[in-house]
Amino acid sequence: MSFVLVQVIVGGLLLGAVYALFSSGLTLVWGMMNIVNFAHGDFVMLGMYVAYVVYTLMGGGPILGAPLATLVLATLGVVVYFALIRDIMKGPMLAQILGTFGLALLLRYSVFWWFGANFLSMPQDIVGGTYAFAGLRIEASRLLAGVVALLVTLGLHLLLTRTSLGSKMLAVAEDQTAAQLMGIRPDTMQAIAWGIAAGATGLAGALIANFFYIVPTVGETLGIVAFVTVSLGGFGSVPGALVAGLLIGVIESLSGYLIGAIYKDIVVYVLFLLFLWFRPQGLMGKM
Amino acid sequence: MNLKHVMGLLCAAAMSLALGTNAQGQDKVVKIGVILPMSGGTASIGAHAKAALEVATDIINNAHPELGNLPLAKNAGLAGLGGARIEVVIADNQGNPATGQNQALRLITEDKVAAVFGAYQSGITLTSSAIAEKYGIPYLNSESVAANLTERGFKWFFRTTPIATDFARIYTDFLADMKATGAKTDAIALVHDNTEYGTSVANTIAGAFKEKGQPIALDVAYPVNATDVQGQVLQLKDKKPDVIIMISYTSDAILFAKTMQSLDYKPAILLADDAGYSDPSFIKAVGKISQGVFNRSSWAVGPSGSPSAIIADMYKKKSGEEMDDTVARQMQGFFVLADAIDRAGSTEPAKIQAALKATDLKPEQLMMGYKGVKFDDKGQNVLASGLIIQLQDGENYTAVWPKANAEKAPVLPYKGW
Repeated sequence: MSFVLVQVIVGGLLLGAVYALFSSGLTLVWGMMNIVNFAHGDFVMLGMYVAYVVYTLMGGGPILGAPLATLVLATLGVVVYFALIRDIMKGPMLAQILGTFGLALLLRYSVFWWFGANFLSMPQDIVGGTYAFAGLRIEASRLLAGVVALLVTLGLHLLLTRTSLGSKMLAVAEDQTAAQLMGIRPDTMQAIAWGIAAGATGLAGALIANFFYIVPTVGETLGIVAFVTVSLGGFGSVPGALVAGLLIGVIESLSGYLIGAIYKDIVVYVLFLLFLWFRPQGLMGKM
Repeated sequence: MNLKHVMGLLCAAAMSLALGTNAQGQDKVVKIGVILPMSGGTASIGAHAKAALEVATDIINNAHPELGNLPLAKNAGLAGLGGARIEVVIADNQGNPATGQNQALRLITEDKVAAVFGAYQSGITLTSSAIAEKYGIPYLNSESVAANLTERGFKWFFRTTPIATDFARIYTDFLADMKATGAKTDAIALVHDNTEYGTSVANTIAGAFKEKGQPIALDVAYPVNATDVQGQVLQLKDKKPDVIIMISYTSDAILFAKTMQSLDYKPAILLADDAGYSDPSFIKAVGKISQGVFNRSSWAVGPSGSPSAIIADMYKKKSGEEMDDTVARQMQGFFVLADAIDRAGSTEPAKIQAALKATDLKPEQLMMGYKGVKFDDKGQNVLASGLIIQLQDGENYTAVWPKANAEKAPVLPYKGW
């Protein structure tokens, strides 16, 4: 019994790290420019498809697929910023919501059209099977995703707090006009932020593809989790997303095992709402 | 513009009008509204069904004498309506019962369809057929198995597929047979999602086993389109049931297969209730790690040159996929509906309803392995039946039970990977 419980908790932590991994891009974009990107889940989906295409065309695993997915999605992020986001940011809130939502549908149905609706899957042993020690089983692919999640969070956090680029980005987020007076181009900074956020999301997708199924609508399933993770962690806080992701992963796993999977979402959302009641800014968000 | 011109124009108008109506007479179209999941988690099913219905309309609208006794195949169009063609109007249910209901309303009131066909997920068939009932439009369902759908006293609802109660009986008999050959089948676990399909089928199966004096040992319910099923697999690993019956759509079926492998868990017998396990993309994605899974089916390709083999071939050319049980049941249902409209000789709803009630198709007139099609007062096909198939090589299902229909003997225990 206790062994199983350890497995449940370890599984939950790894799951939570993955949640954190694909949420960091969403929280970054919000923190930088107060835009909720409804296409976020579909960015994850695109990352998965890039990894899949790399695998089928070149037989490459995540060593090739993950950097390529990061690059492709980062480019897409910058393009999306200049083609869509820059303009809708000037519009009302509703335009922002519908704009990114429309983008989500465009991406989803483009993939539908090109790849079809069939479920795809990477080979089970693409990252090297499963480690087993002392009765505990850990999939290499999940472990890889978990480790990368920690590194990405740390990297993004250091970028924002320790580099001049990060300071410039935060300055733009704080006060665009003031930043402009200091000689910082808001456009460039925001485009960079979109590139980084989308790149991190693509990376997440490429790593999740190693153990999850791949389908055009997978963004719907994962997108909701990302929104919950980001609001619990505090909108705009990258370390907050990590802590929140781990927390949700463990709570989901424990409640799913102990009281039944059907109730695990209820447990997660009740705790989530109770928490926001007392701390509406989330774990690490600013008021 | 003088009088001559005006007369000329009027003549031309009259002629084109006459030509138009004439052309319309020869080219009469019967519209059938089809509700399917074209997006959402089960969109692969919708895509396959669309290809299958294109093949079915081709068979109905064009002459296909090679298909023998299959109704409507021999000549082009519906003979009963002067050679009218069938036209399919597809509406996307988005995997959502409320959307399915709205689409039914739109198809009936705006597209003025003669009949509605759909809607794959039991939960959506439930809501969309209620609209057809309200408007008095025939609704044919070919693949939803929740037992309660035909227990609502509806007058316009007809269902061709075998249903949960039929399959529950097949499962109890099959497992009793396996037990007789020495397999352990005492503790049975049900794993199902929380949709109408998952819960009602699980209830029906649980009831059937209880009647046989063998209550279900473990019931594992999970929310549909799960992001993670480790907890559920660990629960199973903990309780070690002899038999697991899976009632899952494609996305969750794939996730369970992957998770069972990574946590190194296999039951002695894994028995799936169709749905996700019949989706060709399930087999492509995780067939190799699901070797030996049992499944139910009413479809068998048959010898080459037989109508069912020819149809399977046409479908493969259209979709690039092998024919599976779900699309085969959908095509069969569509043929039954078209046959009824043909016999009704009219698109009037009451006449189609009467023709559906009078349906009496023999096994040789079907592409499926049913014993026939004949509806009871509730609209359920009483001659529907099925068999057990097994994914022995991880690539193709073969019929293994009952013995009379078996191509190979069932292989135990579940091999997995």
